Formats: sequence, structure tokens, C-alpha cells
Amino acid sequence: MATTEVPPPSVPVHPDDAADHERHEQLEAVWGDPPGILGFFKTVDHKRIGIRYIYTSFIFFFIAGLLALVMRAQLAQPNGTVLGPQSYNEFFTMHGTTMIFLFNTPVLAGFGNYLLPMQIGTRDMAFPRLNAFSFWIFVLSGIFLYSSFVFGKAPDGGWFAYTPLTDRVYSGGVNLDFWGLAVIFTGISTTVGAINFLVTTFKLRAPGMTLNRLPIYVWSMVVFSFMVLFAVPVVTTAAGLLELDRLFGTQFFVPAHGGSTLLYQHLFWFWGHPEVYILFVPATGMVSLIIPVFARRALAGYIWIVTALVAVGFISFGVWVHHMFATGVPSLAMSFFSAASLIITIPSGIQFFAWIATMWRGVVKLTTPMLFMIGFLLIFLLGGISGVMVSVLPFDWQVTDSYFVVAHFHYVLNGAVVFPIFGALYFWLPKMTGRMLSERLGRWSFWTMFIGFNLAFFPMHILGFLGMPRRIYTYPGGLGWDTLNLIVSIGSLVFALGTLLTLINFFWSRTRGEHALPNPWSADTLEWATTSPPPDWNFEAIPLVESRHPLWDQQPLPVCASEPGPGLEALGPEGALARTTPFTTGLRAEPADTMHIPEATYLPFILAVGVAVIIVGLLIDAVLVGVLGLAIGGVGLLRWAWRTGEH
Amino acid sequence: MIRRAATWTLVVVGTTLVLSACSSPSMLDPKGTEARSVARIWWLMFGLAAGVYLVVGGFILVAVMRGRRTSDGRSSRISDHAFVWLGGIVVPIVILFVLGVVTVNTTAALRRPDADPLRIQVEGKRWWWAVSYTGTGITSAGEIHLPTGRPIEITLTSDNVIHSFWVPQLAGKLDVIPGQRNVLRFKITHPGDYRGECAEFCGIQHANMNFRVVAESPGLYERWVSQHRNAPIEPASDVAASGEHVFQSQSCAGCHAVRGTQAHGTLGPDLTDIGARPLLGGGVMTNTPANLARWINDAPKYKPGVLMPAIHLSTSQTKSIVAYLESLK
Repeated sequence: MATTEVPPPSVPVHPDDAADHERHEQLEAVWGDPPGILGFFKTVDHKRIGIRYIYTSFIFFFIAGLLALVMRAQLAQPNGTVLGPQSYNEFFTMHGTTMIFLFNTPVLAGFGNYLLPMQIGTRDMAFPRLNAFSFWIFVLSGIFLYSSFVFGKAPDGGWFAYTPLTDRVYSGGVNLDFWGLAVIFTGISTTVGAINFLVTTFKLRAPGMTLNRLPIYVWSMVVFSFMVLFAVPVVTTAAGLLELDRLFGTQFFVPAHGGSTLLYQHLFWFWGHPEVYILFVPATGMVSLIIPVFARRALAGYIWIVTALVAVGFISFGVWVHHMFATGVPSLAMSFFSAASLIITIPSGIQFFAWIATMWRGVVKLTTPMLFMIGFLLIFLLGGISGVMVSVLPFDWQVTDSYFVVAHFHYVLNGAVVFPIFGALYFWLPKMTGRMLSERLGRWSFWTMFIGFNLAFFPMHILGFLGMPRRIYTYPGGLGWDTLNLIVSIGSLVFALGTLLTLINFFWSRTRGEHALPNPWSADTLEWATTSPPPDWNFEAIPLVESRHPLWDQQPLPVCASEPGPGLEALGPEGALARTTPFTTGLRAEPADTMHIPEATYLPFILAVGVAVIIVGLLIDAVLVGVLGLAIGGVGLLRWAWRTGEH
Repeated sequence: MIRRAATWTLVVVGTTLVLSACSSPSMLDPKGTEARSVARIWWLMFGLAAGVYLVVGGFILVAVMRGRRTSDGRSSRISDHAFVWLGGIVVPIVILFVLGVVTVNTTAALRRPDADPLRIQVEGKRWWWAVSYTGTGITSAGEIHLPTGRPIEITLTSDNVIHSFWVPQLAGKLDVIPGQRNVLRFKITHPGDYRGECAEFCGIQHANMNFRVVAESPGLYERWVSQHRNAPIEPASDVAASGEHVFQSQSCAGCHAVRGTQAHGTLGPDLTDIGARPLLGGGVMTNTPANLARWINDAPKYKPGVLMPAIHLSTSQTKSIVAYLESLK
């Protein structure tokens, strides 16, 4: 097994002669957005959209964190008086909904948007306008959901919104409509995003980047996207049927009229469990990219990991009933899902030991991103183990809906997704902003987060054993829960401080951080071949890929020249000047056609506003508003359909 | 190493806490057959988990350190493939196989129908539990009397939202689902007083939907049944008698039932033995005369969202109705 030697960091490339300078000005004119606020709403640049996705998601991350801190203040001692039951129920509903729909999913889509086109060596996503649309839908759905607080009508049925608690009889206000419509709303964003990632990956790879040379992170986004395509329509269906019940009086989930509440649970978890892996898979993709860079060698078991990712994608669709072990499903059926839930451990185990092997046979450099990776490994190990435990059916009967499960899924979704995301921030922000973050502050942030995390979430396992159920706004003293709850609350505060240190670090770096070299970490993937931050066109000439680790194995990186012929004309600088990028064949990545990248346009924003107006019309039960939304969206859509990217 | 030691300390401290917390409704202090099986599974899994965590965590830390310590970290007798095969495939399959066998065997042995079980009907309400003892005519709320040693079969139903029936020391959860009859079966091994909870989020007062299980020897249980089979005796004191009059003439009887009287309401808890129950309002307060008076006058203050309205009674009415209710045992 050959290990790849890592070359020293490359030096920045400056346009040093007049011809270069002139060409850059031409490229700026072709690729740049219109200035000012107008340009802001018109951009279709995948990097700007990706960064906006990430920043917006983090705003929601901090809001959801604040909600959690208030809840922990309430639970810090028995008979707390910080929150009443109604507010508490709204807070935990919004905390969960925000973390899943408005932070974890979109932040991963944001990284995907930013990184994927550059890692495969192209100049934008396959559908840049759809990409902008997907972002605007995400922002508007977030604003829509949070506007419920302004009206004092925040959703209060849990992030899972089980019927019949959430039907009209038991939740009369518009609270649950905010939830149901927001879920449908964000689903649009996630789904079109997934289509975009798939087409981009399969059609826009640089010449020579066969599937066998695809960076693992891109593989993880492929699996992510396929899973989204099969899972998200199901939750949209669940929320859609719920809204039909609520708004139009159908009876899908009303037991008294022959509906089935368990049907809702099946639909919800048929999405809900794959969703856990939808979040986890891209996070592991980041880990598989970052660990080798700091272990100074190629990832161990590339094929193993790709296979494991694909296997996770399939198996995760066969485990959803383990969320319903206590509903009285026949035990033979439950045993099947119990077994499937055990089996899904194996692909994760393969990935885990491939990472260990990578470090074992490498030379690990403990930078801040790497610290977050190690933190991730130690936390995910525990979350994975408790995951195996809850797939053991009788054990799950005891711990489900107790604090043990709260501990388990925070180890997985907070520990094993948020830690890689923070590591990814330290790793890729220099590329995005052109400034390095402070290593010192980064290390402080990591250790504070790591200690706070374990202090906050480890004792929850024990609280579960001691019989503390989930989603209770208060508890009496004398049950042995008091001290542990206080520790949990203190831990959550420490964890929050740790995340705040990274926020400070980010703002500090914007003005005071060292300027980033194109490839400050000596990484191997193509985004590091661009300047930091990259130019709007990413690659003046498309790189010619001959290795899985182009920046390690191909020094200097060879680039293509434009030649006459379909696809070939887009390869070189002339292609960039024409605002085009090559289409390549799906498997072997040979140039096949030329894609024109659309100009900046308002259309995605207009269409998103149209959808938002329709959603608001449904919420307030106003047909006229709905018609207005249809009109706005219809105009946008027709105009969009009539305008190809080329004019 | 620090991390490993820290985790280990946490685990030890945690385990000690679990064992020492006798007042907790701890699933690791089992008093029923199902809880006992699960606790056994837990200790098996805990042993495996602790071993796996220490070994794998150790590998992670050594992997991080070894390359930094030696000048040539890359030389290793363990190949990449050996790591993946052994750590990622062979060892997990062995462990998962063990757990799979344990799961199937335990599951098959639990919640099985028994001959001649004691049958109880429990209904999840918002936010309290209605209990009726099949074949005895006894109805009650918020408290379940059960004998030790005998197979018990609890039928769970709901006419409203989903709840989940959980007595951690006796058995795992079983959801209470409208339109469905779920049956929980177990035996109680030790007499005692066990905390029960609702474990499925069921609305604004999910937190205060607690109950208790009083487990007694079969002899004591039979005595309890024969004492409660009949309606409570007429109020002994005058003040209690006038309390009964207040109860029947105010709106109380519209929602509450007291067996053997005109009160047949089913919206609120059955109050036939309210005087013997230690807790009020699904656990929001202890049952003392003063608390009962507070509860009757302004229940929503103590349990926001409760379906019982504030009943504004005069001081003398309150006093007599409390005397009446406390006499119902």
C-alpha cells in the first residue's frame, strides 16, 4: 500500500504580467455580480450561496442553542419557574425542528454547495439558478417558522408532531400549521438541492476525474442526495396529509373516523431515520477528507468507505420501526427491525476503523480541525455504542422516550455531526474568507466544547436509567434527579461558551487573521488549487485530473486548453471567458458538451417569494393570498422557463 | 489517556449513583420480571460497551500519538486492511451476534400471554390515568393496586391522544394509542410503591401525568379488593355529609364519579377512594386537606392547562367538600 508523499504548501499565484491582469478584468466582468443590494438578490454563484447557507444555518444554530439554554435553566433544579409548560413545549419543539430542518440539513447543503463544484473541478453547480432558489426557500421557510414566535403561536407538538395530539381537536391554533407548512416548505429546498448535487457530480466533473477518483466527501454528498430524494418526499407527505387534516378536514390520521395515527408515525420515521444518516453521512465525508490531510497520508480503505457509505444509504431505510418499538407493533416485525438496526453498525464500524488505520499509519498533526476530528471519534464511539444498545428491543422498551435516548441522539447528532462541522469550519473558512482562524482560540473552543458536551450529555444517560422521561417541563425533587440535572445544565452552558469562542474567532479572523495561502493545510483536493478566497470562476482553465489526490500527486497541476468541439471549447480560459463549463460523461468524465452558466437573475428569488406567499395563504386560510402567491410564482416560473442561461 | 480516565471515572461515578439512588424510579433497581430481564441485558451490554470503548478509544489515542512520538510513524505491522477487517467487520459481527441472540431470546420470553392472569384496564386521559379492575367493579384513578407474584395483564387504551405507560422498576414502556388495544404483561417480584409516568409527549401537562403502583402480597391485595368492591360508606360526620351535598349540587358530579352516589361523571378522575391517594393532579401536589382545598379552588394555577376549571367555593363549602373527599377511602 503506497502512501502518498505530501508536497510543501504551494505559493499563491499572482497575475504578474499585463496580459494576465487584463484577462482577469475581463473575467471579472463576465462572472462578477451586479454591485450592491441588487447583486445580493441576483447572485447564482455557488460559493456565495454556499457561504450564505452556512452563515444563515449558524444563525439558526445559535438561536436553537439559546432555546436549549433556557430549557436547561428551567430544568436545572426541581420545580423550576423559568418557563411555564406552554413555553417549554414550544421551546423544545422549536429547538428540535430548528436543529434538524434549519441547521443540520442546510449547513451540510451549504458546505456541499461551496465545496462540491470546486472539488470536482468545475465552475459552478449544474443548475445555478435552482441553487439560488433552494437557498431563498430555506431562508424564507426559516423566517416563516420563526415568525410564529412573533404571533405567540409557536409550534408546541414536538419536532415529530405525532397525531392525534397535533390534529385540529387537540391543537386548535395555527401553531402546528406553522410547523407542518415549514416542513413542506424546507422540503422543497432540500429536494431541489439534492437533485442539483447529483447532476453536478455526474455531469460536471473535470476531465479524468473518474468515479474512482472522486473525493470521499463528494461520494458522501452523492449518498446524501440519493437519500434525500427517497426520504424527504415521505415527510412532505406526512406533513402534507397532516395539513390536509388540519386545514381541509380530511381524516387521514383521525382514529375515530377510521384514520390511523400509526400511519403518521410510519411516514414520519420512514424519513426520520434515514434523516439521521442524511445528516451523518456528509459529516463523515468531511471527516474522511480532513483526517488524511492531518495524518499526512491517503485515506485507508477508500473503496471500503465508499461501499460503507452506499450500504448505510440502503440499510438506513430499513430501520425506521425502531423508533416505534413501544407502539405495540407485532414482535416478529420488531425483531426484523431490531436486527437491521444492529447490522447498520457494521458500515459505521468499517469507516471508524479506516479512520483509525489512517491515523495509525500516518503522522498526525494536531491542528484545531484535527482536534475536532478526534473529539468526533471519541464522541461518536459512545453514541454509536448507545445506538447499538437501543436497537436491542427489550432494552429500548425501557429507555425509549427517556433521557437515555436524549443522551444517545445528542451524542450522534450534536457530537458526531456538529463536531465535524466545527472542524470543517476551521478547515475551510480560510478558503472561504481568505483569512486563517486563530489556532489558539480554536483549541480553547474545542476543549471547552468537548468538556461541556460530555458534562451536558453524559449524565443524561443516567437520568434515563433513573426514570426521567423526555419532554417534561418540570419534575419534583427527591427522585435522585436533582444533582444530575444541575450538572447537565452547567455542562450545556460550558458547551455554549465553547461555540461562542469559535464565533469570536470567526469575527476576529475577518480583520486580524493571517492571510490564507491557496493551500494552507497541504490538502489534496482541487478546491485548494484556487486562491483563498477563490475567484468567481473557480478555475480559469479546468484541471486535468490523473489521481485521486491531484494536489499531492500532480505538481504542478496540469490544466486543459480549449479546443474546438463539444465540451472541449469550455475547458480552457476561453471557456471561462464565455461563462461556460464543460459537461463530461457520467462514468469516465470525458468532455461531451458545453454548459452555459446562467447570468445573475432575480428569478429564483421571485419564485421563492411566490412559494412563500402561497404558504402564508394556507396558514391564514386566505384564498386571495394563495392566488397572489401563485401569480408571483407563476410569473417567475414562466419567465425562468423561457430564459435559458445563454441570454 | 486523560480522556479515557475521565470517561472511566464518569462511568464509575454514574454507576454508583444508579445503584445508590434508592428513592429513584430506577430501571436498574428492578421489582418486576420484565424490568429484571432488561437490567440483566443492560449489565451485559455495559460490560461489552465499556470494553469496546476502552479498546477502541485506546486505539484512537495511540494512533494519534505514535506518529508524533516516533520519527517514522508510518511503519506498522498492522495493515490498513487488518484494521478494517478485524475492527470494522469481524469483532462487530461477533458482538452483534451475541446481542442479536440475546434480543430474540429475551423478546420471545417477555409480554407472553399467561393462563389466568389478573386483568386491569388502564386508560390514558389528559393528564391522568383511569383504572378499572376487571370483574370487580372497582374503578379508580392515578393509582393501581396489584399483587406480587401473579401474572398481570394491563390493557391500555385511549380515547384522546397517545400516551405511554411506564413504571421503570416493573417493565418497559407500552404506548397507549387511540383506536388500538395494547396489552402489557409482567409479574411483580417485590411488594412496594412504584412511580409510574407518562412517557409519550401528550400535550401541555405531559410532565404531570404520573401515577403510582402499589404492589402487595396476594393476601393483602385480595383484602384491598374486598374492601373496595363496595361503594364507600355514608359520610360519618355532619361536615362531610354537607360536603357530599356541595359535591352533588355544584358542578363536581358532572365530571367526577363516586361509586354508589349520583356522581357518574367520566371527564375527570374517579374519586371513589380519593382520600387514600397520596398525590393529587397527576403528581403536582401531595394529598393534604390544605392542598386539596387549593386544588379545588384553583387547579389551573398549579397545573396550567388542566381541564378542571377553577371552582370558586365559599370557605365553608371548601371545608366541607374537603372533609367529604378526604373521607372517601
